[in-house]
Amino acid sequence: MDIVKLTIDDKPVVVERGTTLLEAAKSIGINIPTLCYMKLEDLNFENKPGGCRVCVVEVEGRRNLAPACKTECSEGMVVHSHTVRVINARRTVMELILSDHPAECLTCAKSGNCDLQSMAQKLGIRELHYKGEQSRYKGDKSPAIIREMDKCIMCRRCETACNDVQTVGVLSAINRGFESVVAPAFEMDLDKSSCTYCGQCVAVCPTAALTERDSTWKVVEAIVNPQKTVIVQTAPAVRAALGEAFGMEPGTLVTGKMVAALKKLGFDYVFDTDFAADLTIMEEGAEILDRLSRHLNGDKEVKLPILTSCCPGWVKFFEHHFPEMIDIPSTAKSPQQMFGAIAKSYFAQQLKKKREDLVVVSVMPCLAKKYECTREEFQVNGDPDVNLSISTRELANLIRNANLDFGKLTDEDFDNPLGESTGASVIFGTTGGVIEAAVRSAYEMFTEKKLEKVDFMELRGMDGIRKASVDFDGLPINIGIAHGLGNARKLLEDIKAGKSEFHAIEIMACPGGCIGGGGQPYHHGDVEILKKRQKAIYAEDAGKPIRKSHENPYIQKLYKEFLGKPLSDKSHELLHTHYFDRKSKIEINQE
Amino acid sequence: MGKYKSHILVCAGTGCRASDCEGIVSNLESALEENNLNEDVQVVRTGCFGFCEKGPVVKMVPDNTFYVEVTPDDAGELVLEHLVKGRKVERLLYIDPDTKERISDSKHMGFYKKQYRIALRNCGFIDPENIDEYIARDGYAAMGKILESMTPEEATAIIKESGLRGRGGGGFPTGLKWEFTRKAQADKKYVVCNADEGDPGAFMDRSILEGDPHSVLEAMAICGFCIGADTGLIYIRAEYPLAINRLKTAINQAREYGLIGKDILGTGFNFDVEIRLGAGAFVCGEETALIHSMEGLRGEPTVKPPFPAEKGYNGKPTNVNNVETFANIPPIILKGSKWFSEIGTEKSKGTKVFALAGKVNNVGLIEVPMGITLREVIFDIGGGIKGGKKFKAVQTGGPSGGCLTEKHLDIPIDYENLLQCGSMMGSGGMIVMDEDDCMVSVAKFYLDFTVEESCGKCAPCRIGNKRLYEMLDKISLGKSSEEDLGMLRNLANVIKDTSLCGLGQTSPNPVLSTMDNFHEEYLAHVADGKCPAGQCKALMHYIIDSHLCVGCTLCNRVCPVDAISGEKKTPHVIDSSICIKCGACLEKCKFGAISVQ
Amino acid sequence: MAKVKTLADLRKMKDELRSKISLRENSDNPESMVQIKVSMATCGIASGAKEVMNHLINELDSENIPSVVTQTGCMGYCYAEPTIEVIKPGEQPLVFGDVTLKKASEIIEKYIKGGELVDGIIPDSYETIE
Repeated sequence: MDIVKLTIDDKPVVVERGTTLLEAAKSIGINIPTLCYMKLEDLNFENKPGGCRVCVVEVEGRRNLAPACKTECSEGMVVHSHTVRVINARRTVMELILSDHPAECLTCAKSGNCDLQSMAQKLGIRELHYKGEQSRYKGDKSPAIIREMDKCIMCRRCETACNDVQTVGVLSAINRGFESVVAPAFEMDLDKSSCTYCGQCVAVCPTAALTERDSTWKVVEAIVNPQKTVIVQTAPAVRAALGEAFGMEPGTLVTGKMVAALKKLGFDYVFDTDFAADLTIMEEGAEILDRLSRHLNGDKEVKLPILTSCCPGWVKFFEHHFPEMIDIPSTAKSPQQMFGAIAKSYFAQQLKKKREDLVVVSVMPCLAKKYECTREEFQVNGDPDVNLSISTRELANLIRNANLDFGKLTDEDFDNPLGESTGASVIFGTTGGVIEAAVRSAYEMFTEKKLEKVDFMELRGMDGIRKASVDFDGLPINIGIAHGLGNARKLLEDIKAGKSEFHAIEIMACPGGCIGGGGQPYHHGDVEILKKRQKAIYAEDAGKPIRKSHENPYIQKLYKEFLGKPLSDKSHELLHTHYFDRKSKIEINQE
Repeated sequence: MGKYKSHILVCAGTGCRASDCEGIVSNLESALEENNLNEDVQVVRTGCFGFCEKGPVVKMVPDNTFYVEVTPDDAGELVLEHLVKGRKVERLLYIDPDTKERISDSKHMGFYKKQYRIALRNCGFIDPENIDEYIARDGYAAMGKILESMTPEEATAIIKESGLRGRGGGGFPTGLKWEFTRKAQADKKYVVCNADEGDPGAFMDRSILEGDPHSVLEAMAICGFCIGADTGLIYIRAEYPLAINRLKTAINQAREYGLIGKDILGTGFNFDVEIRLGAGAFVCGEETALIHSMEGLRGEPTVKPPFPAEKGYNGKPTNVNNVETFANIPPIILKGSKWFSEIGTEKSKGTKVFALAGKVNNVGLIEVPMGITLREVIFDIGGGIKGGKKFKAVQTGGPSGGCLTEKHLDIPIDYENLLQCGSMMGSGGMIVMDEDDCMVSVAKFYLDFTVEESCGKCAPCRIGNKRLYEMLDKISLGKSSEEDLGMLRNLANVIKDTSLCGLGQTSPNPVLSTMDNFHEEYLAHVADGKCPAGQCKALMHYIIDSHLCVGCTLCNRVCPVDAISGEKKTPHVIDSSICIKCGACLEKCKFGAISVQ
Repeated sequence: MAKVKTLADLRKMKDELRSKISLRENSDNPESMVQIKVSMATCGIASGAKEVMNHLINELDSENIPSVVTQTGCMGYCYAEPTIEVIKPGEQPLVFGDVTLKKASEIIEKYIKGGELVDGIIPDSYETIE
């Protein structure tokens, strides 16, 4: 190993060549403050533009201060991280950044969760010596994400997320000097751009420059409206992260407390999106089998691989970037939308209510879901199947507003009939989960044999792209998994080039899948948190008495009483959708 | 075609073109035709002569008569008098400001006497759109020489030994840079010519590209041979259309002749050149920002290392030099490193091109040996201060440089000395200021530029420079205190200390150098509320002396904002709350009753 | 124009092209070469000064003698046109009168190349015309 020796704050340290001063200092217990820097360990993404200059240190022999995050250690370096010169520079730079930031902490969405605020605290800034004009930009309110760029500190994390991780390419720095800011091209609004609303930019934004569109108050209004029956559905990944918002350890499962809280909040029915996830497996699994058997029978027209379609960020991504392939993904709606469609038909019938009298609220780890439920094809006469979608973070706020001591709530169970779910549906919350759930059911449907071992370890993990072959009783089924749109793009390019050997591919827009969704409690770049959430998801699956979607008794009942069988006409009407070519839809609107 | 007996060299640089040198050329040509001289006399459009103050310039060869401030209407007379009758047109000759004598040969003019042209050797001498003229001047001979008889190591050694340093700003030894890039291992390497000249008032690179584009192409090919690159890229700002066109012409001609392209001169060496247009951002002069801009990314610098010599364009080893640096290469190869290293000072060899501007008599482009003093440049070449005013300061190095004063006038100009005085060589802007210039305003002017041109990537440059500008503005408005000066200095130092690239690391120089050299002037602004140079309007007050005012009402009538009141034949009064300090009343008053305080 | 294929091609080309700009190069250092001024006022032109000038330029060029031939106004020797002034490097100027083509060749051959004086020198002391 090629090593270098150096001294940081009079302490000798030996590191591998290529190590940065920041990492070297950390290894000997010196935490140099950083602001723009972000390292997504395991996902192999790093944001270090060297722009904020908060991490500067003094390196003997150098004329200027050096950014610790970007400066590599070299032999014999003598580094000082807290000389008067360094501290003065660091504080002055911090004061400069604060001087161009609205001092609206009291009413700011990120207050208490803001990296800028905590850095100001850490550096003990009590006064701004350099005040002046603040940069002002136009606001932008899309259905899912709100951009308030007055609060942007040009850390460029969102750019890394949007361009490098997701390869969506909507956000980039524009303008020069004091006017520079991160924005879509020509400062167009997000809803005019090819933004997928994956929310990864929001997840990494250190301030409130990028936040979700808050619908909590609308939820409260619906609940207190006596005319409305308010139904809530909660996505699988929410229960694995909500606890973090109340100071619990990452990976704490809070399913029962969450249900209890929702009931206390006054929802009329607390259901589970997991139920709809089981339904998704029924439809998507049937579709996979249909295409697969047609393919095996020599049908050249059949499109393989089939791609999952439960992730709305991913759906919008391929509509923009791969419109020529819009007939490849499964036509099955996402669990959120399947739930809405069933709630406002089957369940409305049971309640003997008009669909308009029902309000369906979804609690999602996701911001794209806010957009998905506004899509026109998911409405009946202007009435959306899902009325409101709130994020895990928004639910936490609702719970706090209701003065509930979350940690002390007694666990409660979901209501029926749309609250019963299997282990297969729970794992929808993590990368690899949807396809594992599909395999569990498809195997039994295809081979007509009982699947003994339901844990497909080969499909699990955190690698960005994973491949596995599953033995369907002698027939090897090739499965691909991608999470993060950049990884998805690679698999899609292969399909486009005719190089793909997969039969089915699961794609999730967010790194980690839904557990790393843009609506989850902020992980501040700590990917370890995602791993803990993933572990919790698999634990919930393992603890479930039923672990295959088609064995869910309420699903069986739903087919028997209402839908008939998978891919039936009724199923097609309620549970399947179609996609649009959005490539040509980007209009450059220069005002 | 017979041999021309005379040549008329007409400056076709951007400045002279703006003064209609094309009209001069066409009128000359028709006058020659009328006098049956078109077979005997050749009209040549050349690059910039440098003496822009007196442009358009026309030079008659072989008798070397230098005509200044020529208009198209003068063409007929020039042909008839000078060529037909053999008499010099006296009224178009340059008049020496000291002796008042008319000088016909440029060699005897103060402006040219102390100049030494290496980089500009062909500017104003050859037709830049004609490769034959370049070849006739030993063009491509340097490239031929190294291709024929040298290894890349040997050729690089010549550049190293010559002591040539980068002319774009930093002054990094060129040969060393080439060696680094040569030693980098890669399947592909690039030579990049930085023609993103952005200092306010600087136009040396443009003039070289307009006046002698082949010298840059030849040098890039030489560099390509030395470092092992087969592709050259010229990054030039789109707002230099003439330079771009001449470069395109030159590239086409050189390709046609086989002097760039495949298997050059039968040696098996391949090298071709492409032009890349930039949008004209100052920061793209910084080499990493330039490379990102060429890659189609935002023109933002990144932290070095890695240096472009290791990871540059498309991640490949890339050697970036600026135009003037390249223009020095062919003569060094031909005449040897010793010849070059004998010019200049111990650590700064050769010559430097400066764009001399501001309050000097002879504004223009000059090339002088390193080690010349500022006094020689400003007073001998520049002809002293305009209007007999007093010299106050000279700003070198553009927005990254500093303001030097009287006490620096006799210091030999080189990289180290300028840096030591708190300024820098930069790309060679040189702006002279006189007693009427307010140094706070000067610093403000440069900061305004930096605020606009910062890429916005790092916080100290993006926000800090804005705050610096705002503080200077406050000073010029008389709203600052002495304490603010300390804060100003701290901020300037922090910006220097923490900025990501050279732009931010040097942008406070104009502030710091004026604070150091003109501390009294800053104090006058903040402590006394006065601008000694009378430039800061907010600190000026127009007052009518009631003893001198006769009440003629002239001032009253000329005032655009009705700030002056008073009955006829009684003393008038200026309401300073309304007054916009335009100075119209002062100019109009015949009795000297109005003064500025 | 043919492609330049070798360094030798380039050198040959340079030698051929040199004359295109030698006028300009020479004019920068006239002191180091033969300078000839041809009086080219009306009287000179009328008596054939122009032809003489052309002849001088061509002859000097073919003899490879570095030279600058310029025209000047009336030298005041209208009785002896065409008149030329010859300055050899480092020597005093001499003015020749009644220079015919033949005389011009003789001046080149004998005075410029050989250094011997030829007939026709106008001996008066005069001011050279700048």
